[in-house]
Amino acid sequence: MTTMRPDTAQRPGPDTEQRVAGGVGDSPVRPDGTLKVKGEFAFSSDLWADDMLWGATLRSPHPRARIRGIDITGAVALPGVFAVLTHEDVPGAKTYGLEIRDQPVLAIGEVRYAGEPVAIVAADHPETARRAVARIAVDYEVLPPVVDADAALDPRSAQVHDRGNLLRHVPVRRGDPAVPAEVVVTGEYEVGMQDQAFLGPESGLAVPAEDGGVDLYVATQWLHVDQDQIAGCLGLPTSLVRLTLAGVGGAFGAREDLSMQVHACLLARHTGKPVKMVYGREESFYGHVHRHPARLRYEHGATRDGRLVYVRARIVLDGGAYASSSTAVCGNAATLGIGPYDVPNVVMDAYVAYTNNPPCGAMRGFGTVQACFAYESQMDKLAAAVGLHPVEVRLRNALTTGDRMPTGQLVEGPAPVAELLRRVRDAPDPPPRGTDPRLLPGGVSNTTHGESVVRGVGYAIGIKNVGFSEGFDDFATARVRLELVGGEPAVLVHSAAAEVGQGLVTVQAQIARTELGIAQVTVATADTTVGSAGSSSASRQTYLSGGAVRAACRAVRAALLARSGLPDARLVDGAAVSPAGEVPLVELLRAGPVEETVEWRHRPTSPLHPATGQGDAHVQYAFAAHRATVDVDTELGLVRVVELSTAQDVGRAVNPQAVQGQIQGGSAQGLGLALMEEIQVVDGLIRNPSFTDYLIPTILDMPPMRVEVLELADPYSPYGLRGVGEPPTISSTPAIVAAIRAATGKALARVPVRPEHITEGPQWTD
Amino acid sequence: MSRTHLIRLTVNRVPRQVEVTPRHMLLDLLRDDLGLTGTKACCLVGECGACTVSLDGRIVNSCLVLAVEADGAEVTTIEGLATDGHLTRLQQAFLDEGAVQCGYCTPGQVMAARDLLAHNPHPTTAEIREGLAGNLCRCSCYAQIIAAVSAAAAEEEK
Ligand code: FES
Ligand code: FES
Repeated sequence: MTTMRPDTAQRPGPDTEQRVAGGVGDSPVRPDGTLKVKGEFAFSSDLWADDMLWGATLRSPHPRARIRGIDITGAVALPGVFAVLTHEDVPGAKTYGLEIRDQPVLAIGEVRYAGEPVAIVAADHPETARRAVARIAVDYEVLPPVVDADAALDPRSAQVHDRGNLLRHVPVRRGDPAVPAEVVVTGEYEVGMQDQAFLGPESGLAVPAEDGGVDLYVATQWLHVDQDQIAGCLGLPTSLVRLTLAGVGGAFGAREDLSMQVHACLLARHTGKPVKMVYGREESFYGHVHRHPARLRYEHGATRDGRLVYVRARIVLDGGAYASSSTAVCGNAATLGIGPYDVPNVVMDAYVAYTNNPPCGAMRGFGTVQACFAYESQMDKLAAAVGLHPVEVRLRNALTTGDRMPTGQLVEGPAPVAELLRRVRDAPDPPPRGTDPRLLPGGVSNTTHGESVVRGVGYAIGIKNVGFSEGFDDFATARVRLELVGGEPAVLVHSAAAEVGQGLVTVQAQIARTELGIAQVTVATADTTVGSAGSSSASRQTYLSGGAVRAACRAVRAALLARSGLPDARLVDGAAVSPAGEVPLVELLRAGPVEETVEWRHRPTSPLHPATGQGDAHVQYAFAAHRATVDVDTELGLVRVVELSTAQDVGRAVNPQAVQGQIQGGSAQGLGLALMEEIQVVDGLIRNPSFTDYLIPTILDMPPMRVEVLELADPYSPYGLRGVGEPPTISSTPAIVAAIRAATGKALARVPVRPEHITEGPQWTD
Repeated sequence: MSRTHLIRLTVNRVPRQVEVTPRHMLLDLLRDDLGLTGTKACCLVGECGACTVSLDGRIVNSCLVLAVEADGAEVTTIEGLATDGHLTRLQQAFLDEGAVQCGYCTPGQVMAARDLLAHNPHPTTAEIREGLAGNLCRCSCYAQIIAAVSAAAAEEEK
């Protein structure tokens, strides 16, 4: 990994950042790693309580139906069954939701997607619970489902909800809407429904408490937003609904919404026993939201030398049956939908519609993935139209510091779009194709000896907002305690921030070491006994919770130095030091621990103007570029990605190893969307809810990656860092498709690319 | 519930007796009956490798093996690798190389890599990739896993 630190980077001075082993900039071994390699780390599906029951869920087989009646008598009569509950047993709010509370805990009178929970069961054995579910008789009046987002927006369409099918429309207007251009390229693109496909299924354990409340141990991305929704549905004050983070087997956006949380708590309260719920793999495909499928129509106008004059675009996202985070996804698609380019005239309309398809919500990249596939395809079309190299046309339009986004927001801080592009362009080429059939498209299936195999190279760059946008009052809380443990100073960091695999526990400890100069740091299990940390999503948690931990450490430091009584003291090498004298930390802590809790906020953002989409909506922008090299078997339509080269600005690599993990992992998910990952929904029904039919990249699919990490400090963020997790997912997809186009000359206006698109699809030329 | 069978097997060097139903999988036996939850349940159809264990010296997807088939067998799971709390070289290499993120695939990856190294102490990158092709990692630590297996193999040489 190479790094770049320009002179402009704001390097914190010695009194704000001490060089400590295992501190910021290091890659210490993750504190949960030892348990994980020994198989002793307790994931949410591993929890156990004596006398516990198992929960199971009855789901609708129909995408749209009226429920005429539910007969639970057969299930109740089964020995070993302790509870069978329907919506009538939900004591509090019957619906929940992240943005709009439109999703029933259990279906009320109507089901809106295939897989919607209708009833839940608790039994003394998982098999009994499943058999009980099968004995519940639901009388459905099947209705024709709304299965197409464009059709849903037609006023004559059947209504999925009373409020109409338009979930949100975000217009963005900049400059002259009718300005002409010398060169015009148009395109229509489509993105399939991708799944987060975390490996650890939805699961958790709800334990009824003596005070009438409930304790829930669960894998989630945001404990407090779960807590609020669960308490509302249970009709309990939040103080009686306590959540503790159980081990999370990946998230990628899919754990931002509730899945089994309310169900397990309802069953536990109803039976007075602990209830465990674990989804199987098939159920998991129904149990969480997916990435929004999209149709995107773009028109780019440019000068003959490839300078963009305007972009006009219409994006339609399929939100599925419930809102989830659709409105924010739509906001991202609209505000970031022309990419990291400086364009004077923009007419953008992004829509998200309710349908009777599976609900869609957060997935890594969140609205920008779909748009990036379209706008980067367009940039390649423009390059071809004006006779420029694909990177050159991008360089001519690259966004830079001081430019304005289509929303009017000023781009402050580094925006190294051109630099990232140059870096991937100038990266050394991967070795030429050899003769080993295992390294050809088709791999070990031995489908070719190299005849009809063509190599192609493609480029793409993407932009992502970091954090929650559009005026959301976002914050994170951290509690830091410094005390003597066995006579030595030790730090305890406690927050509700969810470690989902990304390495946040390591980062929190690193920050504490750096701020306090103390090696011994423990990060407590995340729970709701401390204030909200917000979500582990939107690439925000190192920024937000990192900022909170830093602020809490600084408060601890200030309190400690005040305790020393020394004027202008600083913390140096385990002592409070000032010109007037020196007091060792150990002595200061004899009087007792120092503990501070801090709620930390980033700069406020503002909402978008409803008609023009103008506003300082985003906290921070992040950028990544990819170059993909592919070999394509043009006869069979098989693709092998030979190499991915990427460059990303992370502001500051707080943990270089974790940065690598995010970049590799994000790029792989982009590769999956380009080539293989799609939930096939036909008439509202998921056709491939298994890892046999929903393919995710294996070690053989992932090529070697060349990763360049830039560290151009953002003057507003802690340590100058920039969110890392999402950008790599955004640009890898269009880069791979561009490479296949370069090899084959095919249009490939849809992802994932299937073999028949390569063998039989139309040509790329407009 | 259906008729049960008493089976005897050795798990991580400890002899065990378990009552199982005919459709009980080895994965259920390990996780639910013996409480060895290090072996992970994930796809349940033999696609992901998260449930990989060693059965009489050969790795299997325990979600595909009937518990009764393990009667009389010797099983090693992820919990059986470290001795007296000391990690094996391979486990340590996974940590050092950053090959663990969420860690859900890790037990299966480590078991598969251990088997690979047992049969091929000095695998090439291509051989590592082929050897671990049956183990999905959604966090996609693949490059780091390759590095970890290579490092463990090199360490072995010293
Ligand atoms: S759980 Fe056995 S292979 Fe996936
Ligand atoms: S580390 Fe998360 S699935 Fe492999």
